[in-house]
Order: sequence, then structure tokens, then C-alpha cells
Amino acid sequence: MTGNAHSTAVSAPSHQGWHAWLTAEVTTSPRQASFQRMYFGWLRFLRNPLAVIGLVILVALLLVAILAPWLAQYEVNEQNLTTRLQPPSGDHWLGTDELGRDIYSRLVYGSRITLYIACLVAVIAAPLGLIIGTTAGYFGGWTDTVLMRITDVFLSFPGLVLALAFVAALGPGIENAVIAIALTAWPPIARLARAETLTIRSSDYIAATRIQGASSVRIIVKHVVPMCMPSVIVRITLNMAGIILTAAGLGFLGLGAQPPMPEWGAMLSTGRQYMIGSWWLAAMPGLAILLTSLAFNLFGDGLRDVLDPRTE
Amino acid sequence: MAMIAVEDLSVAFGSGESLVHAVDGVSFQVEAGDTFGLVGESGCGKSTILRALSGLNDHWHGQIIIDGARLEPKRQRSFFKKVQMVFQDPYGSLHPRHTVNTTLMEPIAIHGLDRADQRIAQVLEQVGLGPAFRFRYPHQLSGGQRQRVAIARALILEPKILLLDEPTSALDVSVQAEILNLLADIRSQARLTCILVSHDLAVIAHMCHRLAVMNQGKIYEELTVDDLAGNRPRHSYTRQLLQASLGYDRRLAAAATLADDGLDSGAA
Repeated sequence: MTGNAHSTAVSAPSHQGWHAWLTAEVTTSPRQASFQRMYFGWLRFLRNPLAVIGLVILVALLLVAILAPWLAQYEVNEQNLTTRLQPPSGDHWLGTDELGRDIYSRLVYGSRITLYIACLVAVIAAPLGLIIGTTAGYFGGWTDTVLMRITDVFLSFPGLVLALAFVAALGPGIENAVIAIALTAWPPIARLARAETLTIRSSDYIAATRIQGASSVRIIVKHVVPMCMPSVIVRITLNMAGIILTAAGLGFLGLGAQPPMPEWGAMLSTGRQYMIGSWWLAAMPGLAILLTSLAFNLFGDGLRDVLDPRTE
Repeated sequence: MAMIAVEDLSVAFGSGESLVHAVDGVSFQVEAGDTFGLVGESGCGKSTILRALSGLNDHWHGQIIIDGARLEPKRQRSFFKKVQMVFQDPYGSLHPRHTVNTTLMEPIAIHGLDRADQRIAQVLEQVGLGPAFRFRYPHQLSGGQRQRVAIARALILEPKILLLDEPTSALDVSVQAEILNLLADIRSQARLTCILVSHDLAVIAHMCHRLAVMNQGKIYEELTVDDLAGNRPRHSYTRQLLQASLGYDRRLAAAATLADDGLDSGAA
């Protein structure tokens, strides 16, 4: 659609015209229409203060991860046994751990690992669940039965146990942990997508597309998936907390992030041994996990309000 | 030769005990350029006939011949360029996340047509929506405007046959007339052959040349619009429908009440 008469006519608004362009009664290009949609969604999102707090925390986390080398006080793995188990102070803002490493610096670098896990799992699990769920829901019959029984098999194991089995087979390490978690994260998404697809496939707009001669693949990809997208995005955002905790659990068992990686869950589990004398070892990474999980949950709630087509 | 010839069409749902014959041995013919009405109460199978014709339902028996070609349950893509359908509910027949433009681009992309821009502008003009509506989402449109978009989507492939499934029953009374007039205009401009399904005899009388009265999956009788206008139905069910379409009748209601009273006093 680029280059047609309509999109060039009003595609270069002057800077004071932005607001007018975004709120125009008559949209004149596909770009303006989708920007306008996003703008109104953004306004709706801003009406939920808790969701905004969630977003602010997540953005802060992202900035911390990007700017880690400048934010950290010390080298991430710098050991100093003369200053081990120091309480929070001016020198070590959040104290030091059992090897004298600065906890604040480790937390800052650990945010990279947390985001890496969260993003990678989302990128693997969401499309996988979407494809399987929408295919099963759209075709029904045997396709549905086979795909959903496979999903049931995956669902019938507790996530952590299944992840353990995968990591044991693939070998320990952060990448394998991510793959293992992704393999346990897709079944709920597939179920969700299938349920949504069942209501969508009998709708008139899908029938209308069918009698235009669209292939099943085209209908699923261009018509069904966009309708399932919002709930899947919300679901995966709300699942992030669980994903981060599973990653931490794998780290605790020595199957996830390997020492000396500053993974929050691994830090928390080592800190457990020193809890009585030096509470900050466990409390600081615990707080970081809590804050991040909470932020994902608040943000997910806000997203649901914005993305739900029924609210338009 | 007839544009549409349906011979002994049957559609059944379910199996065994719960088998329901939604359409039971229906035959009719529609000449090119004609508009054929299917009228009957809800659940009489009139929409099911349209779904079998359009290829949405492929569990049918019998014979359907369109433009000289016998149809298989599974349709070729070229079929859909010839036959298009407008649905009853404009709130459900447009994808809620697609702009008007995206909705109209879809058939063009599927059939690989050229001049997409021109076609869309032209068809929007044809259904009485200006270019201002092109990049709107369905939720920014009224019911009547949505139905115009749905009609535009059906027309953009330049079909020969238009199947209309109660195209006005979900709309406001004031908008119904506009949409009917639009359909009548388009029909004569493009010389379309139409099948119009409705439970509203007034709509049928306004739009159709001939009509069939359906009940419980069967066609009870076929008559011309003149027969209908002259109040010359042959079948008692048609007479009943005609009477019901006249609305609440004080004399009929009074007669019914009297009859009830007579029964009551007899019992006492």
C-alpha cells in the first residue's frame, strides 16, 4: 500500500499537527489508522495507574540491563574475601555475598539474564502455542484431537518437573533452561488460542473470508491469529513471573544458570544458607524477583484492558 | 437457460436419532438477472440453502447448477469470483481488527487482481461510502455503514450472483430502506442475479420477481410478486404468513378472544 495517493497526502504532519493527526475524525492512510488506534489504546492504558507503574518498572529494568556497565559499582565477579558478608553500606549499597562480591552490581548484571530468559521464552512459546492452538481449533476433528492430546500430555506434568527432564536430557546451561521452560510454557497458550479460535471460526467474518476463496492457512494467519493475539500477549505477560521463578528454580538445582553467573534465582538460593546472619544475601535478589514479577503482572492487567477488542 | 438451477437439494445435520433434515428435497430455478426470494419463518432452512449454494456448507445432496456448471461440494477459487454473499449481521461479518481498506484488499489479494487502489475507491463510491471511510475500523462505523462495507466486499470481485442472507433484518427501520434501495440499484447496474432470503414479506415484495415460501425444509409454493401483491396465495401457510405480515389485527384478535371465552364458559 505504500506510495498510493492516499498515504502521501497526509503522511507528513507538522510537529504541532501531531495531535490533530492522531485524533483526526477522518483517517486517510493505513499508517494513520493504526497509529490512531495505538494512540487511543495508549490513552486507555494511561487511565490505569497500576499498569503504568508496572510499565515504568519494566522500562527501568530494561534501562538497567542496557546501562549495566555504567551503573555497576564493581566488576560483576570480583571477589574479595576480606569484605565478605558485609551489610549494606556506602561502599556496597546492597552489601556483599559470601565471596565478597558486590550484590548491587550483580543484581544490575543479573537483570540482563532475567530479561534474556523472559524474552526468549516468550518468543519461543507464544508462536508455538498460537500455531498449535489455532490450527487445532480451526480444523477441529482429528487434527484437534491429536494436537490437543499432545498438549494434554505436556500439561499433565508440573512445569518445573518437565523442565528438569528436558534440561537433564539437553544438559545444564542457561540456553537449555530457556528451551526447557519454553517447552513447558506453550501448552496453556495453545489451549487459550484454541478456545478463542473455536468462537472465531464460526463467526460471519471468517465465513465471508472463506467464500472469497481464502485458503485455510491464510485464514488462520491473517484472520484468526490477530484475534487471538491480545489474549496470548496478556497471558504470556502474566506468565512471566512464573517463568522467571522457574528459571530461578532450575538455577537453584544447578541446572539453569551456572555459577558464577549473577542469575537472581541462583543468588537467592545461595543466600538462603546465610539468611540468619546476613539477610541481605537472600532479600535483595528476592526483592528484585518480586518487583519484576509484580511489574509484569500489573503491566499484563493493563494490557488486557487495552487489547481486549470488546472494550472498543 | 437458468443462471441457478437447484434440483432436489437436501441438507441434513446430525446423525441417527438426532438427524434433522434442515433442507428436504428443494428444487427451484432462477433466471439470469432475476431476484428470487426465499421466505419463511426462522429455522425453515432458507439460510441453509444459501450456505450450500455459497460453498460454506459442503454436506449436501442433490444437484446445483450455476451458470451451466454443475457444482461439487468443494469449490474452486474461481467459483468465488462468480458468487458472493452478504450476511445478515453487519456487526459480525466484518473483522473487528481490520480497517475497511484491509477488508476490501483481502479479496483482491486472494484473487491476484490488479488496480487494487482504484477498485477499492470505485466500490466504496458504488455503495455510497466516500473515501473518508476507507481507513476506519468497523467499531467506528454505524450498522448501515457496516452493511455497506459488507456489500462492497461482495461486489469488489464483480460477481454475477449475489446471495443475500437477510441483509436488512439487523438494521434500523430507517436504514433498511436505504440498504434495500442500494441493493436494487446495484442489481440493475451490474445486472446481478440474486437470491434474497428473508422472513419479511415486505422486503421480498420490494426486491424480488419471484419467491418461494418455505417451511420445515420444504418449498410449499412458488409464486410471483404479482400473486403476492394481489393476495392470491394458493397454500394455506402462505396465507397465514401474509396475514401475520399485516401486523396486529384487532378483529382477528377479538375473534380469537371470543373463541377462548366461549371455551371457558363451556367448561364452567
